[in-house]
Amino acid sequence: MKKLSIVFAAALLAGTAFGAAARAEELTVVSWGGAYSKSQHEAFVVPYIAAGNKVTEAEYNGEVAKIQAMVDAKAVTWDVVDVDTPTALQGCAQGALETIDWAKLGLDKSKFIGSDIAECAVPNIVYGTVYGYDTTKYKDNPPTTINDFFDTAKYPGKRGLWKNPQVNMEWALIVDGVDAKDVYKVLGTKEGLDRAFKRLDTIKKDIVWWEAGAQAPKLLADGNVVMTSAWNGRLYNAVKQDNKPFKIVWDHQALDWDWWAIPKGGPKLDEAYKFISFAQDAQRMADQTKYISYGPSNTDSVPKIAADMLPNLPTAPDNLKTAWKLDAAFWADRGDEIKERFNAWLAQ
Amino acid sequence: MAVIDAAASDTVMRAADGTPLKKKLRQAERREQLRALMLIAPLFLFIVVTFLFPIGSMLERAFYDSDVADNLPRTKALLANWDGKEVPGEDVFAAFAADMKAASKVKTVALIGKRLNYEIPAFKSKVVATGRKIDKVEQGPWKEAIIGIDPIWGEVGTWAVVKRSARSFTPFYLLGVLDLRQAADGSIERMPADRAIYVQILGRTFGISFLVTLCTLILGYPVAYLLATIPQRHASILMIFVLLPFWTSLLVRTTAWTILLQDGGVFSQVIHLTGITWLLNVLGLVDGEPQLFKTRFATVLAMTHIQLPFTLLPIYSVMKTISPTYMRAAKSLGGKPFYSFLRVYMPQTMSGVAAGCLLTFILSLGYYITPALVGGGTDSMIAGFIDTAMNSEANWGKASALGFMLLASTLVLYYVYNRLIGIDRMKLG
Repeated sequence: MKKLSIVFAAALLAGTAFGAAARAEELTVVSWGGAYSKSQHEAFVVPYIAAGNKVTEAEYNGEVAKIQAMVDAKAVTWDVVDVDTPTALQGCAQGALETIDWAKLGLDKSKFIGSDIAECAVPNIVYGTVYGYDTTKYKDNPPTTINDFFDTAKYPGKRGLWKNPQVNMEWALIVDGVDAKDVYKVLGTKEGLDRAFKRLDTIKKDIVWWEAGAQAPKLLADGNVVMTSAWNGRLYNAVKQDNKPFKIVWDHQALDWDWWAIPKGGPKLDEAYKFISFAQDAQRMADQTKYISYGPSNTDSVPKIAADMLPNLPTAPDNLKTAWKLDAAFWADRGDEIKERFNAWLAQ
Repeated sequence: MAVIDAAASDTVMRAADGTPLKKKLRQAERREQLRALMLIAPLFLFIVVTFLFPIGSMLERAFYDSDVADNLPRTKALLANWDGKEVPGEDVFAAFAADMKAASKVKTVALIGKRLNYEIPAFKSKVVATGRKIDKVEQGPWKEAIIGIDPIWGEVGTWAVVKRSARSFTPFYLLGVLDLRQAADGSIERMPADRAIYVQILGRTFGISFLVTLCTLILGYPVAYLLATIPQRHASILMIFVLLPFWTSLLVRTTAWTILLQDGGVFSQVIHLTGITWLLNVLGLVDGEPQLFKTRFATVLAMTHIQLPFTLLPIYSVMKTISPTYMRAAKSLGGKPFYSFLRVYMPQTMSGVAAGCLLTFILSLGYYITPALVGGGTDSMIAGFIDTAMNSEANWGKASALGFMLLASTLVLYYVYNRLIGIDRMKLG
């Protein structure tokens, strides 16, 4: 019965990929959609296709469950996936991701910042989770700190937040008076968790939850919210390319990496390696910053970045003043459990 | 002559070739049946392959979870004889160490941890850490070594959970969706308040479905009556207004509602200009502009719009079959219009009302997209939580248990309906 049910799950998954066999020669690259996927498309996929390869691009919202389901069902249709650090660690521990062979990639591991954090992934960019506001709504006294985001009396209006406990819980504790460097110690306890939820409770009725990264700037643009958390590149693009009147608040931004990972048991392992190796090229990673304001993890790329782009990166010194690093190991360990409680909290 | 004699010699009726007529008839009937079966075979096979089997195998996950059993086979075998009174002995720990080493090799320690973590909070990282550390220990005594890695392995409760979750058939998921769990000693207790949500959500799902059914009935019944009684020419034109939305995709209609209902959108402007906002403020029901988008109101409104034809059409088709002579007879016998309608016409439409309402109610129970798009966090119905369990929590057991609960409550409802009204009285036209 178990076997058969796996076969069925496999059939279902294969079906959702519109018959993977029909385009067996194509590499499926999955990322987070919106402006970020677009930057990867311009910087990596277009030249890769020009070099005579075939690529299909797809989107997801960072659900490790989807990767796990494919691997369990032995029907892997995603060849390369862009993951955040908790997913890279959790996926690795659960056997959902291939262990990366750097020799096979032909890259120097020491050149990539963060490459020793995860065994099963290759770091591509550093991004910041920040919040942005609509400048037309606050002319005289704009919000400047993370506390202002939680202050609905001083700054009334709806706020957008990612429908995921990550970063939200940490921010809630920081606003509640916990020092950024102690956040995970506090969050690891039952009392700390309660405290974070209690703080989130104070703005719960004013929160509009977004799921896909592209929704955040859209909520702000449509006037559904007056401020929203977002990944910094999304807000930058809305300002730069769509001329939206948004401003980023860098206070207590959460720094994290994005990674290329390969779901385990996929049929195109060699091609996946080839693509990642291609995309991690120093010049191409520097080129990506033309399309989105994320910091390349390749140290060789840094001198190649246009000077006017540097202050917009999450790693610019001005933006780093109060920044804190997302503890991926914490989220890889406790994420499932906190996510479950978070979902229960949302429904109450 | 001989043949006739033989036939005459026994009393059995025979066909021309000498076989008994009864047998021949049975053969012919069987052939007919077989032919009939062949006609329905494609549909039957289709249902088995695409419906019964996948649903069955998904539902199986509500009871069956072999993650721990598959990865801790030696421990499981030894724990079967453990009485649960004291921490198990060296043999169990040795088996556990061997299982964990094997699991480390194939990277399934996290799967064991994940399952155990459902019952012991923050346990996953301890299991993973134990797996990592025990891999480096070459030889026993194992009990000492493992308790040395983490004292939690020296507790009886931990091993009770391991023993319980090593059983492949588990009540864990079904209890979970009823907001119950097994305590360390195996007795059933309530889930702590911060995790007990599913009974409330089942109630909410039924509540919203009931409200939507009621709204569609109140709105649909008069329209159906109008359509059934006006001349056919006009009825066909009006019917288009019912059918066009019916033919439009659910997603399109829901998205349309999100645009109409959003803050400062068409809907809120209309109620502002017509003075409804002012009236609501005077009555003290709202303060300032009413919130429409991402509310229960929006959910019920959009769902009512989508479900309206499902309630209306069965009522309409039953009304079409009611001869106008009954009403005329009622009137000629002295019945006032309202009284005749209530006592003569309405009872005849009840089979259609029952069919339409049951259809809408059961379809509403499974709504997912509409509450997610126009409703708020507290309007998600059970289908939304199945999605969360599948796609965000990777907890297929819970998803399946929630699906089971939805299916079971629908079947109970159907049974009650059948006892009260009788399914044979339901008419779709």
